Amino acid sequence: MQITTLVLMVLLPTLLGFLIILLGREGLSKKATCLIGVITTGITLIGSLILFGKSFILSEVLPKWNFTWIELNQKPIQFGFELQPLNVLMLIIVSTVSFLVHLYSYGYMKGDERFSVFYSYLALFTFSMLGLVISPNLLQIYIFWELVGVCSFLLVGFWYFKTEAKRAAKKAFIVTRIGDIGFFIAISLVFKEIGSFELKDLQIAIEQGSISSGMITLIAILLFVGAIGKSGQFPLHTWLPDAMEGPTPVSALIHAATMVAAGVFLVANTFWLFEAAPIALDVVAYVGGFTAIFAATIGIAQTDIKRILAYSTVSQLGYMMLALGSVGYIAGVFHLMTHAFFKALLFLAAGAVMIIFHHEQDIRKMGGLWKKNRVLTGLFLVGCLAITGIPPFSGFFSKDEILLAVYQDGRIGLLIVAIIAAFFTAFYMFRLFFTVFTGNTKQKGELGKVPRAMTFPMIVLALLSIVAGLVEVPTNSLSSWLMKGLAKPITTHESSIFIPVIAVLVSLLGMGLAYLIYGSKRISAKRITGTIPWLHQLLVRKYYIDELYRYLVIIPLKGIGWLLQIFDRVIIGGLVRLGGGIMQILGRMGTALQNGQAQTYALISVFGFVILIVSLLAGRILK
Amino acid sequence: MNLTSYLALAAILFCIGLYGVITKRNAVMVLFSIELMLNAVNINLVAFAKYGMVPNISGQVFTLFTIAIAAAEAAVGIAILLALYRNKGTAEADKYNSMKG
Repeated sequence: MQITTLVLMVLLPTLLGFLIILLGREGLSKKATCLIGVITTGITLIGSLILFGKSFILSEVLPKWNFTWIELNQKPIQFGFELQPLNVLMLIIVSTVSFLVHLYSYGYMKGDERFSVFYSYLALFTFSMLGLVISPNLLQIYIFWELVGVCSFLLVGFWYFKTEAKRAAKKAFIVTRIGDIGFFIAISLVFKEIGSFELKDLQIAIEQGSISSGMITLIAILLFVGAIGKSGQFPLHTWLPDAMEGPTPVSALIHAATMVAAGVFLVANTFWLFEAAPIALDVVAYVGGFTAIFAATIGIAQTDIKRILAYSTVSQLGYMMLALGSVGYIAGVFHLMTHAFFKALLFLAAGAVMIIFHHEQDIRKMGGLWKKNRVLTGLFLVGCLAITGIPPFSGFFSKDEILLAVYQDGRIGLLIVAIIAAFFTAFYMFRLFFTVFTGNTKQKGELGKVPRAMTFPMIVLALLSIVAGLVEVPTNSLSSWLMKGLAKPITTHESSIFIPVIAVLVSLLGMGLAYLIYGSKRISAKRITGTIPWLHQLLVRKYYIDELYRYLVIIPLKGIGWLLQIFDRVIIGGLVRLGGGIMQILGRMGTALQNGQAQTYALISVFGFVILIVSLLAGRILK
Repeated sequence: MNLTSYLALAAILFCIGLYGVITKRNAVMVLFSIELMLNAVNINLVAFAKYGMVPNISGQVFTLFTIAIAAAEAAVGIAILLALYRNKGTAEADKYNSMKG
């Protein structure tokens, strides 16, 4: 099959699915809607798998394809696709998770009135995300980047009748927008420097040294600002936990596996740019490392099951950034892949837990699920073990790669931070696990049931979470494959024995501590928080970042907005009213003449005539 | 007699007619005044036909036309006036103000 046909096979079904569901939402039954969604994403998945097979197994170099969209000052602006190994890998991740989430949503959203709207948004999101990951130029990336942002906004605010959901949707949109401005400036700078949006041209320009190094650093950092917004890195992370107000399948698909990884993908996709700018790499590494530990500590004190997972996502994305910043290209991308699988699994399992507890999200009100649902417990445990990095689960291998990359890069401080973050990760994940699944059931009454449409996707994801590590270890096939997409090879890391040992020990320590506090309750959680209440409060309130933004940004901005509004009302509005008033007075004078008396009109005509004659005569005499 | 005196007479008649049209309250008087103005024009036509630069008969022929048309106009005007009188119950011209803007 032609490559273009295959790419169309990947892209078109979801777009068609979106249109069909959107146009047919009155007539289609829920089952038919779900079927359309599943079939279209299924075709997409098959297409991506074929591409993956061609690229990964048959080692074919897939061609890129372009057409000129418009010309600007004789500079063509192109559209097309690129199928480097990284792009193909992203295609696989997106289509797999999207397919499974489409299936899962049938069970999860069954009772919702706007079922078909939900599916149409999901389809649109999948299309946009697929378009994003195969874009060969920055402008196309930006277009799809904004499209996924819109879908995220729509889906976070899906239950718009809830005030929190509405607020969260707005927050998600506005906060990511701040990052997008950085991204936009970066794109503009690239166009100004080289007159093209193509990544290839930029790469060539950098190799030839036609851009000054200061400019490269600036562009790289601004691109990273875009990634910070999308991937929820430190200063702009606040939207991601709030985005959990959306339906859980959305959290799994968009806010765990795919869209939030777009920032990581962007940095990985322009990795040569960052390599050419060591300062930008430093920024990536430090922001990533700080986010990893920062979010992990917040995760400890949260009580909402989805928020814990959200902070865990922020922290894991920080890990990926840390890896990329430490020249661990493979490690970052590898972790992106494994994380997509196990975090999607965890979110879907959390959704199932919420179904069982009738949409309760507070873990303190849950418990004893182990006795009720062994399958779900097993699935959740797989997810926990994978994220904690216990061998032989996939998370172990990718996290090991990251720690190795950081170690080889020589920033020991960051290595220690990463290891401590791993400890916290293990602790909060197993705190969650023990609180929800062991102990006694705290809810009275009948517990909900998990539909089979929800269990199947979780099982698939659990299998992927277990085996995904095998693509890299022990054969190194993933890294050699990904390396083919890079212009110049990156030095691979010597494996070291003590890093994985330390990582596993630290994780086990975290698990053990979580068991002692929340599993066997040997140590009282209350006593610990009692001794350091201020620290606990600090973590519960997420380091007061939201409050800080409120007082530093939102309130001053509101003040400025208020002043501007006064200016608008009084001065601009006053001018407009003045103009209107003058015209109105003139009009009133005009209507006074129109009194309806034909005789008055005749008189006025006569006066006019006399004036005309007199002025004509005067003109003639004066001449 | 020369042209000027005829023209002066016509001008005086026209002004009297115009004055009547503008000031008379009774609509019938307004119509009469219009007739005056028309006839002032007729005098002009006849005067020019007799004492003009190129005297010929066509001025007088036009006058006959104008008289005929004036008769028709008077008939239509009085018919409209009757209709107005039936509708409004008055013949006062200043009561007819339905054109008021």
